[in-house]
Amino acid sequence: MNQLKPAVGSKDHILGKNTAPLELVEYGDYQCPHCGHAYPIIKKVQRSLGADLKFVFRNFPLSEMHPDAFNAAVAAEAAGLQQKFWDMHDIIFENQQKLDMINLFLYAKTIGLDLERFKNDIQKNTLIIKVEQDFESGVKSGVNGTPSFFINGKKYNGDWEEDVFTQYLRTKLSG
Amino acid sequence: MLTAGTSAPDFELNCTPDQKLKLSELRGKKIILAFYPADWSPVCSDELSLYNETLKFFSRHNAQLIGISVDSKWCHLAFSESRKFHFPLLADFEPKGSVSRLYEVYDEKEGESQRALYVLDEKGIIRWSYLSPVGLNPGADGILDALEELEKSKSIKS
Repeated sequence: MNQLKPAVGSKDHILGKNTAPLELVEYGDYQCPHCGHAYPIIKKVQRSLGADLKFVFRNFPLSEMHPDAFNAAVAAEAAGLQQKFWDMHDIIFENQQKLDMINLFLYAKTIGLDLERFKNDIQKNTLIIKVEQDFESGVKSGVNGTPSFFINGKKYNGDWEEDVFTQYLRTKLSG
Repeated sequence: MLTAGTSAPDFELNCTPDQKLKLSELRGKKIILAFYPADWSPVCSDELSLYNETLKFFSRHNAQLIGISVDSKWCHLAFSESRKFHFPLLADFEPKGSVSRLYEVYDEKEGESQRALYVLDEKGIIRWSYLSPVGLNPGADGILDALEELEKSKSIKS
């Protein structure tokens, strides 16, 4: 069974309490249709499990297949510098079909980012490196496509449709 | 499958419609041989698309990736162009599957290669192999671990 490397840490974007007994990590690509399909499912799973779950998103842009995925990942990281990572993550997935630069700026504006700062930040090497490091950690953890999920550090290869996924997570909670 | 420590059998196959690639010509580089069942099939294209994105991690280890299936050179060309692959696909087409047989990864029933990986060192010696369940994309972590192990064993020796 593949193990998440490195474990979730301070560099990660985490939704939920650090002390939550369940940790769900997604390696995702903003332009990947399967990740777009997973997006509302994760929201529902989060609602069902409430405080028992923390959710972490790591970048895994397949740039050859999805030419806008890398820029979208950097844009979300840049929003993170203004404490709005999840707003950007959400608006990007909700508008997956349109992820060129103009639209990314439009989303940045919609969620209320300081656009001048955003414009500077998306060119920062540190953010590009962050996305690349996420990708590399995914490869080393055995990510074999997107989305890939890790539950409490172990790769989950099962079905992730809402009912089955929630059920599975619940069994992890009681077990 | 052929075991680690054995010399990788040499072969020559088409890598483009008018070019052939001979394994022994690549001595001096580590080689990743990725046998797969078929162009266009969903799992394969996920696997190869993933490797296409991880080429830079392979090249850090001086390793060249090569895909091999029984599909024809023209089929490979179309597949490769459509997926923007930056590594060669070899056509184990005539006699069908002969190289896959040589590497003991031919599925006689389906008439296709199995989903299998070999890592060869710079001298053409097999150092690692992996047979994946046919429906499962094996990811790149096993290959990277094998390449890292090779580096380690080299630095211990020297």
